[in-house]
Amino acid sequence: MYSFDYHKPTVLDQALDLFKGADDPIFLAGGMTLIPTMKQRLAAPTDVIDLSGLDVLKGIALSEAGLSIGALTTHNEVATHPLIKLHLPVLAQLAATIGDNQVRNRGTIGGSIANSDPAADYPAALIGLGGSVVTQSRSIAGDDFFLDLFETALHPCELITRIEFPLPDRAAYAKFRNQASGYAVVGALVADFQGKIRVGITGAGPCACRAIGIENELMKNLSVDVLDHVEVPDAGFNSDIHASAEYRAHLVKVLTKRALTQLLSQKNAS
Amino acid sequence: MKIEIDVNNTVHEMVIEPNTLLVTVLRENLHLTGAHVGCDTSQCGACTVHLDGRAVKSCAVLAVQVADAKVVTIEGIGEVDNLHPMQIAFREHHALQCGFCTPGMIMQAIDLVTHEDNLDRDKIRQGLEGNLCRCTGYHNIVSAIESAADKT
Repeated sequence: MYSFDYHKPTVLDQALDLFKGADDPIFLAGGMTLIPTMKQRLAAPTDVIDLSGLDVLKGIALSEAGLSIGALTTHNEVATHPLIKLHLPVLAQLAATIGDNQVRNRGTIGGSIANSDPAADYPAALIGLGGSVVTQSRSIAGDDFFLDLFETALHPCELITRIEFPLPDRAAYAKFRNQASGYAVVGALVADFQGKIRVGITGAGPCACRAIGIENELMKNLSVDVLDHVEVPDAGFNSDIHASAEYRAHLVKVLTKRALTQLLSQKNAS
Repeated sequence: MKIEIDVNNTVHEMVIEPNTLLVTVLRENLHLTGAHVGCDTSQCGACTVHLDGRAVKSCAVLAVQVADAKVVTIEGIGEVDNLHPMQIAFREHHALQCGFCTPGMIMQAIDLVTHEDNLDRDKIRQGLEGNLCRCTGYHNIVSAIESAADKT
């Protein structure tokens, strides 16, 4: 790892000032991607700004609009928090499938979403649940947040403070898990908001996206069989040692079916 | 950079570069060589220690990040003549062969039995997904954790 200066601010403005004053700074949340990346010298920031002292990025709150989850909440906190298990169990179940236990003890929801890894799980939830990303200056709709491989709508000095999720009547997540890393080769989150269906897909393309064609079919007829007749083109999908683009397109359909089967078995909360 | 770091209930003061990993400080500054560097890419779990009571991979944590936290290593959970129940279970079930992964396995196993309810063999295997053992085939490790979970 190259050398850098380390800072641990205790208030948000101090973190932003440190960022603005540095040559090539980077924010550090859980570090489960950043530190291995720096060890491989794929990232060489001049200044690392550790966010763990910022209380404003912590905590989980329920309101009429839904659940608001602090950016520094770890995957294991999401997986086990009583409010999340009660009101948004799909997110707790999703978080429990990320990486391994040691990673879930450190990695954070804000860090994962800011990174826009094409195979990360949370992006499927942000999109499938129609959530939004709150920063120090604005709220960004999940649909507009992921732009490309490791690229988001965040400005360089923009920091995620919270992630907000509306509460669906019912929702389910299914993923095809890479055996070694736990990453999603493909993951599908299907949510039902009073008959309005949303489908968030991760792992297939360069960043998470909605499957609008599938959503439209499901809103006409909410059944697993409908998906047999839906074409999922593989254009633009990732192709790597884990899966070809064609196989990923196949997985989109299979995993959407699995998630939908789970969803349909749940009692409708509305 | 000057830091204070609490390891096994002793506070150590030291001057380190910010790019020093926690596992490096443990092994090279404090000579606590129980946490092993296996893969150095946060896959194998041989470097697992507890940070504020939770298992983490100390090769993926900067030492400067833990200045306010309590670190416990395999050396901090028991003595040779007063072993931790998980260590006793590993010995009774012969849950190791070469022993390289064992400190990380035991630290993760303690996290698992402390934080997971209704452990069964499947859940234990899933709970060990961040720890690689290339000798045992895991069978005896799972048995050891199962028996220790019953006793706690």
